[in-house]
Amino acid sequence: MLLITCPYCGPRSEEEFAYGGEGHIARPADTDGLSDDEWADYLFMRTNPKGVHYERWVHAHGCRRWFNAVRDTATNEFLAFYRVDEKKPEIDR
Amino acid sequence: MTGRFRLPEGGRVDRGRRISFTFDGKAYHGLGGDTLASALLANGVHLTGRSFKYHRPRGIMTAGPEEPNALIQLEPGAHTQPNTRATVIELYENLAAASQNNWPSLENDVGEVNNLLGRFFPAGFYYKTFMWPGKAWHFYEYIIRRAAGLGRVPETPDPDRYERIYAHCDVLVVGGGPAGLAAALAAGRAGARVILADEQNELGGALLADKVAIDGKPAMQWVGATVAALQKMDNVRLFGRTTAFGYYDHNYLGLLERVTDHLGPQPAGVGEELPRQRLWKVRAKQVVLAAGAIERPLVFADNDRPGVMLAGAARTYLNRYGVKPGRRAVIFTNNDSAYSAALDLKAAGVQVTVADLRHDAGQHGVSLDAMGAGIEVLAEHAIVETQGRKRVNSVKVARINPAGDALAGGTRRIECDVVCMSGGWNPTVHLFSQSAGKLRFDEAIAAFVPDKAAQAVAAAGACNGAFDLAGCLREGDAAGIDAAAATGFKAKGRAPNKPKAETRAESPIRPLWLVPGLKPVGQGGKHFVDFQNDATAADVQLAARESFISVEHLKRYTTTGMGTDQGKTSNVNALGILARARQEDIPAVGTTTFRPPYTPVTFGAIAGRDIGALADPVRTTPMHRWHVNAGAEFEDVGQWKRPFYYPRAGEGMRDAVNREVLAVRDSVGILDATTLGKIDIQGPDAAEFLNWVYVNGWKTLKPGRCRYGLMLHEDGMIFDDGVTACLGENHYLMHTTTSGAANVLAWLEEWLQTEWPHLKVFCTTVTEQFAVANIAGPNASRLLKELGPDLDLDPKTFPHMSVQHGPVAGIPARVFRVSFTGEASYEINVPSSYGMALWRALITAGEKYAITPFGTEALHVLRAEKGYIMVGQDTDGTMTPADAGFGRMVSTKKDFLGRRSLSRADMQKPDRKQLVGLLTDDPKEVLPEGAHVVEQFKEQPPMPHLGHVTSSYWSPTIGRSIALAVVRGGFERKGSKLQVALRDRGVPVTVTDTVFVDPEGKRLHG
Repeated sequence: MLLITCPYCGPRSEEEFAYGGEGHIARPADTDGLSDDEWADYLFMRTNPKGVHYERWVHAHGCRRWFNAVRDTATNEFLAFYRVDEKKPEIDR
Repeated sequence: MTGRFRLPEGGRVDRGRRISFTFDGKAYHGLGGDTLASALLANGVHLTGRSFKYHRPRGIMTAGPEEPNALIQLEPGAHTQPNTRATVIELYENLAAASQNNWPSLENDVGEVNNLLGRFFPAGFYYKTFMWPGKAWHFYEYIIRRAAGLGRVPETPDPDRYERIYAHCDVLVVGGGPAGLAAALAAGRAGARVILADEQNELGGALLADKVAIDGKPAMQWVGATVAALQKMDNVRLFGRTTAFGYYDHNYLGLLERVTDHLGPQPAGVGEELPRQRLWKVRAKQVVLAAGAIERPLVFADNDRPGVMLAGAARTYLNRYGVKPGRRAVIFTNNDSAYSAALDLKAAGVQVTVADLRHDAGQHGVSLDAMGAGIEVLAEHAIVETQGRKRVNSVKVARINPAGDALAGGTRRIECDVVCMSGGWNPTVHLFSQSAGKLRFDEAIAAFVPDKAAQAVAAAGACNGAFDLAGCLREGDAAGIDAAAATGFKAKGRAPNKPKAETRAESPIRPLWLVPGLKPVGQGGKHFVDFQNDATAADVQLAARESFISVEHLKRYTTTGMGTDQGKTSNVNALGILARARQEDIPAVGTTTFRPPYTPVTFGAIAGRDIGALADPVRTTPMHRWHVNAGAEFEDVGQWKRPFYYPRAGEGMRDAVNREVLAVRDSVGILDATTLGKIDIQGPDAAEFLNWVYVNGWKTLKPGRCRYGLMLHEDGMIFDDGVTACLGENHYLMHTTTSGAANVLAWLEEWLQTEWPHLKVFCTTVTEQFAVANIAGPNASRLLKELGPDLDLDPKTFPHMSVQHGPVAGIPARVFRVSFTGEASYEINVPSSYGMALWRALITAGEKYAITPFGTEALHVLRAEKGYIMVGQDTDGTMTPADAGFGRMVSTKKDFLGRRSLSRADMQKPDRKQLVGLLTDDPKEVLPEGAHVVEQFKEQPPMPHLGHVTSSYWSPTIGRSIALAVVRGGFERKGSKLQVALRDRGVPVTVTDTVFVDPEGKRLHG
């Protein structure tokens, strides 16, 4: 059971949250200009790294706000939590 | 007397408290402080069960949670529990225990024939034998599971109460032995919030059964003083009878506290303030694992007879419970620890012989002491055979060669009634391994020890491979200080004196994973590795020969390490034997992964209070009581209870639904529509936002008007639908399906927050803020006019798909003219607290029109007659708007969620499954929903599948059956004949349009 720090509410148990998959995937502005492959890439393709992963969470049973987190998928250690309007932190390890 | 084998004095039992109990119906007596196992042994009972596969007689092997053999069906009736371990059941008055896996009785078990046939039951026997024919496996499995069973599950609901509780602490200490107590004391003194969890009924751990000294006094005096000091600290909580069973991510641990198990089943009304068990969910900043160690059996021929037990267990029964495990003992060991048992047994008057695998036994150290005490010590000797059917009665010992793989001398027979074995000790690394910590094989103790931690955890004492008391005290103290410091706590003032204990150098262990017998392994005598699963050394070797050389494969092929004990006594021995078969060392072989729970956890504790009515919330509308009083049958829609239909006396479902449908078509019906999802959307960008989430355009919708919208996921598939009304400038009310409401709100929020934070829009769920009564039918407007004289109901100014505000029955209301029935219909929204008043007013005023309440089933018939889809029934996540017949609704003037997917080539194919109507040739035949649509029915598959029936009803309005279906290229097939395949025949049908009643919409607009 992960311990997740909501940027608005503080540390809470995982069961209050819902997972939102990989973060920082912007919806393409000009969808008509995309080939089918490019659209499919946006729609379905996600990285699956062992290690640093930028991802989205929503405090579903709390403030209901979305935020971003950086998690090491090998250890489940969280390396950062930040609001949607904050800059993506560069984390190397 | 409480048994022939009870010592006249000594032990930690309460000799003033005599306790009656039964085992297999026979009455016995024990003492306060006994376990079921110690009480049985005091009465000379060793035979406690039959083994899993071979039905061999089995006895008590251990004195703790690792017990593989003595599995008990505890208590009859509703309180019954299968597979409980006699070694951890605290004795209480009138305890009723029964043995398992035998018929007709424990003493005379027919299943024992399996033992004689044992050579025909090697590892993988069931897989190899019962493979063919494939279809018959479920039949074989039924027989096999009955024959190879453990206990019986209870057949009535659990009468006990359980609780689940959260707790937080700075330092969680697991284990209340010397290391755990020292850690808790150090962390507690530093001021950290400490929880100490210990699974036994008394703190002290291994010291409860030991005769060692701390600071020159009996060790239990130090335990008493330490516990008293901890109890005085406000920042320390001591949890007895509490097993830490699971170690999860981010230092989250599960603890099972057995609150009243030791009192036995409580009669109804007694002790109701206490639950039977509590499941603690603990989040700890630091964890100290001081869980001790578990002794290993030795793997020798027929090492499973009742009377064969672990040396440490024999010592525990003697010292802690005052019970002699027998009168004549042979001790078989490869290490020094068993000599403590030898000396204590000798002192209690038991005859003792020691067979020690080591060549220098008896020459120095504790083995020399044993010789001095008059104990015969046979160096480099092994037990090579045991005898005795229901209790061991003799063993044969022989010298073995230095390689440890053959006998090196003649045999000698020794009569005995108990064999005490010790193959060394395994640190209890289960929780450390569960926490994702890495293990390391320590050659000095021939066992796995904690290595690199993956979380904020440290092991101390025997759990860390430090088996001597001084080491336990030292490591525990250090771990407690470190853990407290890591959470910001440091003791002030002078450091108290550290407790001191003597340490004696030990002779090295001789790891011998498989002890040779009189015959080659597998050809006479069984060398048991996993006692609970009846897995032998021969099985492990067979698995290796058959190339199951990965430990994970070995485990699954031989079942070693499975079962209720999860291989606590067997895993390392199996690895040792596998390593030898692979001619590698144990670290190269590796271990299987330890997984929670450490010991079994009751389902009751996991469920806690979330059972029965509390298992899932039940949502009811403000009018619910009226529906109940009206005799409604209810349907679950998500968590909502919705009236399904309202049967009158003597009326079946079909009659009731037909009556309700016709009442709507002929006069007026009333439906509780409160459960439809309602989302209030406000803000200057609300119309822009709706444009994004719906396929159609919203910027032209005027206040007071409504529009039907389809919502897609980005893959272009229909996800929800509903009517959205423009209530005013920048103010909309979105309706969703009943079960989709929460998902739709989450979807809207996700896009607003993550993709379009610049849009000024707020979404608020108002589903429960408004009660909704829907009146539908040709008399609906007359009825509404009567109760809402101020409303303008002129169809020219208040047409279909519009909304207005005004009082209804004196209640402020929003009235939507929308329809899911095809009739002129009004949805009257009032504040929830007025829902019942509105409903009653409509029912009373509607009497003159014979107003008829109708449920969801009639609603479904009415909407199917009109070809209105139900998302989730007529769609399934693979349907585009065009597939469902809404192609023309899709805007071409804007982008919206899912739009780009609709232009993919696959979405344009003419043979996609499309929503059509089906009419059976026989108008009386109602098709089953889900039935396959085919070109031509055939007696035998394959028949090319064209689609399936999604909705099917009897339509009382047109007096025949109707159906909706998705069919490949369905739009092009309208007018053509197909068949619906049932099990034994094809039903001829004609493909039609989806609207069966009033296609011109005269009723709707009238």
